[in-house]
Amino acid sequence: MIEAQGLTKRYGDKIAVDDLSFTVNPGRVTGFLGPNGAGKSTTMRMMLGLDNPTRGSVTIGGKRYTELHHPLRTVGALLEARWVHPNRSARAHLSWMAKSNKISPKRVDEVLDIVGLTEVAGKRAGGFSLGMSQRLGIASALLGDPEVLLFDEPVNGLDPEGILWIRKFMQRLADEGRTVFVSSHLLSEMALTATELVVIGKGKLISQSTTEEFVARATDSTVKVRSPQLDRLRPALEDIGATVTESDGGLLVSGASSDKIGELAMENRVTLHELAPQQGSLEQAFMQITGDSVEYHTDIDTADAAAASAAATN
Amino acid sequence: MTLLAVERIKLLSTRSPWWCALTALLLTGGFTALVVSNTSPQFPATVASTQFAYSFGMAVIMVLATLAVTTEYRFGTIRTTFQAVPNRTAALLAKTSVVALIALLIGEVMAFLSWGLSMAIKPEADLALNSTADWLNVAGVGPVCALAAVVAVAVGILVRHSAGAISLVLIYFLAAENLITLIPEIGDDIYKWMPFNVAHKFVTGDGESAGGAAFGQPLSTSTLSPWWALAYFAGFAVIMLVVALATARKRDA
Repeated sequence: MIEAQGLTKRYGDKIAVDDLSFTVNPGRVTGFLGPNGAGKSTTMRMMLGLDNPTRGSVTIGGKRYTELHHPLRTVGALLEARWVHPNRSARAHLSWMAKSNKISPKRVDEVLDIVGLTEVAGKRAGGFSLGMSQRLGIASALLGDPEVLLFDEPVNGLDPEGILWIRKFMQRLADEGRTVFVSSHLLSEMALTATELVVIGKGKLISQSTTEEFVARATDSTVKVRSPQLDRLRPALEDIGATVTESDGGLLVSGASSDKIGELAMENRVTLHELAPQQGSLEQAFMQITGDSVEYHTDIDTADAAAASAAATN
Repeated sequence: MTLLAVERIKLLSTRSPWWCALTALLLTGGFTALVVSNTSPQFPATVASTQFAYSFGMAVIMVLATLAVTTEYRFGTIRTTFQAVPNRTAALLAKTSVVALIALLIGEVMAFLSWGLSMAIKPEADLALNSTADWLNVAGVGPVCALAAVVAVAVGILVRHSAGAISLVLIYFLAAENLITLIPEIGDDIYKWMPFNVAHKFVTGDGESAGGAAFGQPLSTSTLSPWWALAYFAGFAVIMLVVALATARKRDA
């Protein structure tokens, strides 16, 4: 279990993390979401005692990281896959880590096997592809068989098979009762992996809830309607107070359930070609909720772009 | 103990310590060979002359020591180190110890290699290690290299940047101290107490190992006795290390 209380980090004038308080529970995968520059990596570094908080604290199982004895056996973390000396072999890298926390050398071979790097264990890490470096990082997180796992962008550089593997793997780790905390930008992947979400923006907590709640809260539930007699249906819908907008070949209705729309159509002798409740996507929810907290904006109109990509995947 | 083993694994699983050791040995050995083979009755081969090149080797060793810590910062493995061992002081102290031990080893090997090479080149010269001064001249190279390595590690921890730290260490060691003597009036007095000058006193003493020969490597101007000189240099190294460790502990990784 990870607990952050009033966590604050200030670099000179800039406040990177502002009074952050949240809890990460065991037994499930918790996603850590936020736009660029929101303070995710800073928060994770503070969890591992690498950066000192200006105020507040973060504890793992009730203790600060620096108070843990043999910390790799309690917390395993992958922050940056490239933090390996390029001339060192993968095995040597894991060996020194294992030795420092009195982890048996056999474990090194075990984790290499789990991530599938046994054949290249003796090769220098500088020659690894991004995917292989990522897997080495995951291996080092697993080294101590820890009950808490922190992953910062773990799917970065993995091919689809790798992405599926890490997703299933994280879920299996969570099922074993461990605490799994994953930060990522890949919203579609997050929606499939995480059951709880901690969302931050500009250093502040925006929300902490389950993934479903987050999506439901942020997106309106709408129903897509297609019909040859839309001109009769539209006024009827507006009469009952629903909001109607045009949308490629049909109408998007919000404020009325699909049941109600179906009955209304029957009453007005309107044939329905499509009556589809629209599930909000995590991407839309994310854009909507974190809209003002993006640190470094681009010029693309993000709301339209999100709606367009959501429509494309539907 | 475990931490020492960890640092040993880390240091010896990269290529730089092996290359540095080789370079130090070749450099000192080669230069010594050149010096000793060109000795003559006016410039005789003495025990002191076998160790003229020790500062070259020491410079290489200091580069090795600095790199041992700056490459960790460069490749980000310092964060992995502090993740595995949150007690930063213990981790960095272990690293310094391992580097100092290796520096001691390389220093002694290079000193005795130069001495042995000289005996092979000029077998008729009196190069036996008879007096304390002779022994200090040859075997004293090791401890001085070890302490110099500690200083270099401390600079590496403070500066963190490979090129910057190495430049600082080399320029100071090879040039800066000597330039102090150019300061009018007080330059020579300050120079008497400059750390590497004092360290040189430990190795060369008052010139007894040179048998009173007039030429050669300038002697140290320090007024301390050789053993006190070593203590002074050790004190300097310890102070540098303490400052470095305190800084590393407080700042962000």
